[in-house]
Amino acid sequence: MNAPVYTNLVLRHSYFEATARSRVAAVLDAGSFREFLPPEVAQPSPHLAILDIPGAFDDGVIIGSAALGGKPVLVIAQEGQFMGGAVGEIHGAKIVGLLRRAALEKPAAVLFMVDSGGVRLHEANAGLIAISEIMRAVLDTRAAGVPVLALVGGSCGAFGGMGIVSRLCSAIIMSEEGRLALSGPEVIETVAGVEEFDSKDRALVWRVTGGKHRYLTGDCAELVEDDAAGFRQGAIDLLAGWNEPVPSSAGLRAEQERLSRRRQRFAGMRDGLEVWAALGVPDPRQVSLIDRDSLVALKKGLPA
Amino acid sequence: MTLNEILDSLFPAGHDVAVAGQLVAGTAQTARGTVAVLGTTDAAAIGHDIALGLAGRILDIVDQHPGRAIVFLVDTKGQVLSRAEELLCLNGSLAHLARCVDLARRQGHVSIALVTGEAVSGGFLSFGLMADKTYALADAQVRVMDLKAMARVTKIAHERLVELAGSSPTFAPGAENYLRMGAIEAIWDTPSAALLEAALAGQAAAGAAVDGRMRAGLARQGRRLAADTVSAVLAA
Amino acid sequence: MENLEFRFAAQPVKPAAGAALCGVVGSGNLEILIRPGDEADACTVVVKTSARGFGKIWEAVIAEFASRHPVGGTRIAINDMGATPAVVTLRLGQALGDYTGGAQ
Repeated sequence: MNAPVYTNLVLRHSYFEATARSRVAAVLDAGSFREFLPPEVAQPSPHLAILDIPGAFDDGVIIGSAALGGKPVLVIAQEGQFMGGAVGEIHGAKIVGLLRRAALEKPAAVLFMVDSGGVRLHEANAGLIAISEIMRAVLDTRAAGVPVLALVGGSCGAFGGMGIVSRLCSAIIMSEEGRLALSGPEVIETVAGVEEFDSKDRALVWRVTGGKHRYLTGDCAELVEDDAAGFRQGAIDLLAGWNEPVPSSAGLRAEQERLSRRRQRFAGMRDGLEVWAALGVPDPRQVSLIDRDSLVALKKGLPA
Repeated sequence: MTLNEILDSLFPAGHDVAVAGQLVAGTAQTARGTVAVLGTTDAAAIGHDIALGLAGRILDIVDQHPGRAIVFLVDTKGQVLSRAEELLCLNGSLAHLARCVDLARRQGHVSIALVTGEAVSGGFLSFGLMADKTYALADAQVRVMDLKAMARVTKIAHERLVELAGSSPTFAPGAENYLRMGAIEAIWDTPSAALLEAALAGQAAAGAAVDGRMRAGLARQGRRLAADTVSAVLAA
Repeated sequence: MENLEFRFAAQPVKPAAGAALCGVVGSGNLEILIRPGDEADACTVVVKTSARGFGKIWEAVIAEFASRHPVGGTRIAINDMGATPAVVTLRLGQALGDYTGGAQ
């Protein structure tokens, strides 16, 4: 391996390991972010205090306005290091409020930096209801003509209800390190056994839920490097010429067709390696080894 | 109470609702005309097949029966826990189902969900909680996880959780808590045609449905922070 | 969880903007929020920590910091998930640096 070269002290910052605040600072135009309900005017969740757990002033999510490539955007960034980015009452309501504001204000887009295991169990009912409200708010915002982009590359991935929310967005941008699914591998292992899903087999978890797999199967629109610059450029590229579709039966029929066909095509498969082979990848084991650019090229060359 | 007993109580004027596997589908007669009936039974775990089955039927209703009201019957223990299902992005199929319910609303279909058995997490999110209004039968079990499992995961003593659940609706299972928090509109002692028709009529009169659950939760004092938080974000 | 409150006499400090936040309430970490306070020559500190029984150590760590840096005229709020004294001192320095204008 080559020694890393530090040019002008600009290091590559892992998006996976970064905090939500540093992601916001690095993905959006420098100095453009204005936070709504910043920590100095906010209160930590009283539901956590009752359970004797210290809260966070922002309740684990940062919202506000900013610019991306000069265009006005609204931003949501979940903090995976606080309670796994999980959604409680205040956390969820901040997201709903931001999305409703977007439907009224009509910025160029909403950037939703997802980093969450789903419902915060300490506020289970409030979290589940909030995720349902987020689901409807995402669709209302999109119906108002505002694209909502999900950025999935944090250490907690996008699981549970937040996995559903991510797939309700206009498009998903993922890094190889990002993970997107419904039930976490640990939950499946606990309930169905280690033979069903060995959550400690990191390579397997990645082949089932990871960014490269979701990219090859078309469940995420773009695959980017694990740094803020990659996500930034990915969002700028996607938004250039983006036309948010009006909700229609024809559009959902096409999706129904796509999902039904692939359900049949990949029936019985349990590992990304099988799916990639069926997609026509000549040597599926290479997928985990090649870099992002090579994988994008590989996907372009696959049979339609 | 069996599904057939529930159907006969809700639709005494007749119905042709059939069960295939755990997917419930058909039409029924009410004082307000023919309604579509869709849902799940026997605490179904929702996987791709049920999600796509329900989604396809919703699209058929939207395309072939403009304006027809939809009654969702909810009995789900959550999502299928399976590696094969996750491999094909189960969250994507549940999102697709949710989008179909949302499309029906935008196209003018009134939708009512009734929790007849269990309503848990992802299965509940994908259609029951996407309807215009959600109702529950008195013996319905609505939850994310039970308190014993929650005690294990959060490392908070079970006795303490039981004690706190008496004063806060925020985390403990139960339809009553979801009612107080605004996500369930009412709890019905028994399934009845009169209650269903009143619910359908009320929703039709309310017009294009906006998500009023936060306001309801505030009015019922079960969820006091969410509505004000949204107002503060809009004013920021 | 334990709630701790302290007040230290300290040299006044001038904020660059309004408030400064540093850190995340994650395992072994903490967040520190510094805001303007009411007394120019004192600093009040409120700590909410997941680890009980460390009040004396908190008092010593923050007193040491307040004696070395001008922090008068501030209110400091800390939410802690078991940070070590070294991490607390590091974050206090970062937060104060942000509060006074990014000089670190």
